[in-house]
Amino acid sequence: MAVAFLVLPLVGLVVRAPWSTIGPQLAQQEVGQALRLSLFSATLATLLSLVLGVPLAWVLARSRIRGRSVLRALVTVPLVLPPVVGGVALFLVIGRTGILGRPLYEHLGVTIPFTTTAVVIAETFVAMPFLVISVEGALRAADARFEDAAATLGADRWTTFRRVTLPLVAPGIAAGAVLCWARALGEFGATITFAGNFPGTTQTMPLAVYLALQRDPEAAIVLSLVLLAVSLGTLLLLRDRWLGRGVAA
Amino acid sequence: MKTRALLVLPAVAALALSACGGSSSDAAGTSSSAAASSSAGDLTGTLTVFAAASLTDVFTDLGDQLMTDNPDLDVQFNFAGSSALATQLTQGAPADVFASANEKQMTVVTGAGLQAGDPTIFTENVLEIAVPQGNPGKVTGLADFGNADLTLAICAADVPCGAAAKAVFADAGITARPDTEEEDVKAALTKVQLGEVDAALVYATDVQAAGSDVAGIPFPEAEKEINSYPICTLGSAPNPKAAQAFVELVNSAAGQKALADAGFRKPTS
Amino acid sequence: MSLAAHVVVQRGSLGVDVEFSVGDGEVLAVLGPNGAGKSTVLRVLAGLLRPEDGQVVVDGDQIWDSAERHVPPHQRSLGMVFQDHLLFPHLSITENVAFGLRSRGAKRATARAAAAPWLARVGLAGLGDRRPGELSGGQAQRAALARALVGDPRVLLLDEPLSALDARTRLTVRAELHRHLADYAGSAVLVTHDPIDAMALADRVVVVEDGRVVQAGSPAEVARRPRTDYVARLVGLVLLPGTGEGHQVALDGGGMVAVAEDVAGPVFVAVRPESVALYLQRPDGSPRNVWPLRLAAATPHGSVVRCDLAGEVPLTADVTATSFAELGLAPGAEVWASVKASEVAVYTR
Repeated sequence: MAVAFLVLPLVGLVVRAPWSTIGPQLAQQEVGQALRLSLFSATLATLLSLVLGVPLAWVLARSRIRGRSVLRALVTVPLVLPPVVGGVALFLVIGRTGILGRPLYEHLGVTIPFTTTAVVIAETFVAMPFLVISVEGALRAADARFEDAAATLGADRWTTFRRVTLPLVAPGIAAGAVLCWARALGEFGATITFAGNFPGTTQTMPLAVYLALQRDPEAAIVLSLVLLAVSLGTLLLLRDRWLGRGVAA
Repeated sequence: MKTRALLVLPAVAALALSACGGSSSDAAGTSSSAAASSSAGDLTGTLTVFAAASLTDVFTDLGDQLMTDNPDLDVQFNFAGSSALATQLTQGAPADVFASANEKQMTVVTGAGLQAGDPTIFTENVLEIAVPQGNPGKVTGLADFGNADLTLAICAADVPCGAAAKAVFADAGITARPDTEEEDVKAALTKVQLGEVDAALVYATDVQAAGSDVAGIPFPEAEKEINSYPICTLGSAPNPKAAQAFVELVNSAAGQKALADAGFRKPTS
Repeated sequence: MSLAAHVVVQRGSLGVDVEFSVGDGEVLAVLGPNGAGKSTVLRVLAGLLRPEDGQVVVDGDQIWDSAERHVPPHQRSLGMVFQDHLLFPHLSITENVAFGLRSRGAKRATARAAAAPWLARVGLAGLGDRRPGELSGGQAQRAALARALVGDPRVLLLDEPLSALDARTRLTVRAELHRHLADYAGSAVLVTHDPIDAMALADRVVVVEDGRVVQAGSPAEVARRPRTDYVARLVGLVLLPGTGEGHQVALDGGGMVAVAEDVAGPVFVAVRPESVALYLQRPDGSPRNVWPLRLAAATPHGSVVRCDLAGEVPLTADVTATSFAELGLAPGAEVWASVKASEVAVYTR
């Protein structure tokens, strides 16, 4: 039942795809542009999420700081927030008139909205919680006594984290990164709100799909299939490479 | 099987066409009497209206009025982009009335033979330049949309306001340098309200609805791309009487005043 | 090198307050039942847990823990062996053994070179490229020992190092551990609940119960003269506290025991189960220590049957299977138990 529920919409896309015109549809310059931008920004957002999210997950799983439960609740905010609202929230902070954005604009002349940077920020905002929650779970499941053992062997916190904790939770991090990447790749609401939509700069595949739907539903189906094929292909590839190895080790 | 279904369709369309044609000419002439007849309160059941998102406020008020006059009537609205509505209708969504924000999407519906008569243009909308309060970018006219130093929003060419903007720029010979092509007019307007863009090309009605955060600058080039709103009752309408009454109300003096208050203007043709 | 510790720490409902010292090359066993606070003490020594009071001092002047000072574990010169070895599963055995040197700044090649002789010493030469999952339990524990010793630490901490091993492996690893501990120049602390580990490996034993030291001494002393029921049971003795007067001890639980020595004041009476004889009738010749008791339980123990007896003087008797059969005893049966006064050990409390 669950599989059918998940797969049937996919089958619908494949069945209704205008296979005869798929070639010319794909040849359009914007498609390649949007696809490249999507892959680039989702990958960058995943890297950013790793850099910021893994230490945060460690704090949530291991430290005994006050207000940890509050922190954990805050991490899940982007999950429950409608992405469009997330986009507006980003405006309010780092938009041209935002709390941090206004001084940035007035003193340095830097504006973030409507740039590729904004796409990456919006995707990171929405996708990072997936990584944090996944890594935190892996950290909790990992035996903290290995870290004790490392400490008795002269490893300081950072060495322990790098040489013991990280390798132990590597499969969890990989799974979290994949989840984060997939979510970033499909991100629509926060991106179109905060980064806008401009071909080549901020128009990712989901935005292209949405706009194509306004004009030509068949084109939208084609674009959806492209996005789907690329993301599934990447995930399968990564699964064999990383997760497969993670299981073997 | 398929051939038979196709043969049947034109016949249904022809029937529906004659039914709608008579009443719509009626409505144009005797709008006051139509309003009077609806106040008799003899309409019952549920009326489902598919209407362009830009009509949300006006139509909600008109719907309330119709329900007040007809206590046994329940008016349900589906507000969305005209193309989304047209897609839903061609996919078989049940509705009594369709009000589109452009003639193109109405053609999608009439092309499928779903109408119960010729659509009529009931109102018009023109583009305006929306700027944040105080006009920080000092925008004066359409030519400013060619200024790369300003942060500018237009609608994506795939949505009606974007198509209109594209045509206006082409007519005026201006190469627009937008920073973003928004997915709909509300999104463009939101960015003006937040002060994140210096100007956006939106409809006069949107400026009107945005309130004091947004100021509108009319421009002469807009007259070349007037957006006409057609309305029609549908052939498969479950509640044709109420559908008819709603269309008449929209065309009545009260309906036209409500539209004018929202920034729409009377059809010129 | 020496270690002096006074550890005061609250763990849940258990208040731990334990004080001891370990000399150079000495092995101290901390013996006690589960939940007595032994492992807590070890975690404090390792620096993994900060004590609420007391101090940990190494070499007489190097303070690891005090009211003002807490040296984190990675800055302490120590090695620790855990019950379930805790070898890092993602590293090879060589990398595991080299870990301590690497984290203290040694180059990769240097650390690996230093690890190799240690692998040979614990009998794992040639297995360095394996992962911990590919070793047997005994091999893994040997590797863990090598990992702990490779940096030549001042203090070696062993937390139930043999209890996860099967009985046969435990014998061999215990013997090897004994050899390595004899070679070790620093202070070693062994936490165990197994008296055989303590007797076989330690120079000195402290017995910890409910967070307090209840007895300290050489293994032989502790085995011969237990001061708590727990230790007495561990070493197979029945312990009866009482008050001595002349050749008699009035037991705290009621009843009198005749002893061979002249005693006075509070004493312990210790009875070996094999010195207790059972009769169906009151024995003739009337030895002075005779009590009518009831058989509470009987369990076979090798070639003998261990009989738990209830009554005025609760005793345990080991009788041969043959005599147990001849007596025809069943739980609940009334028996007479006797012990010669010369077989009873008595020492002051």
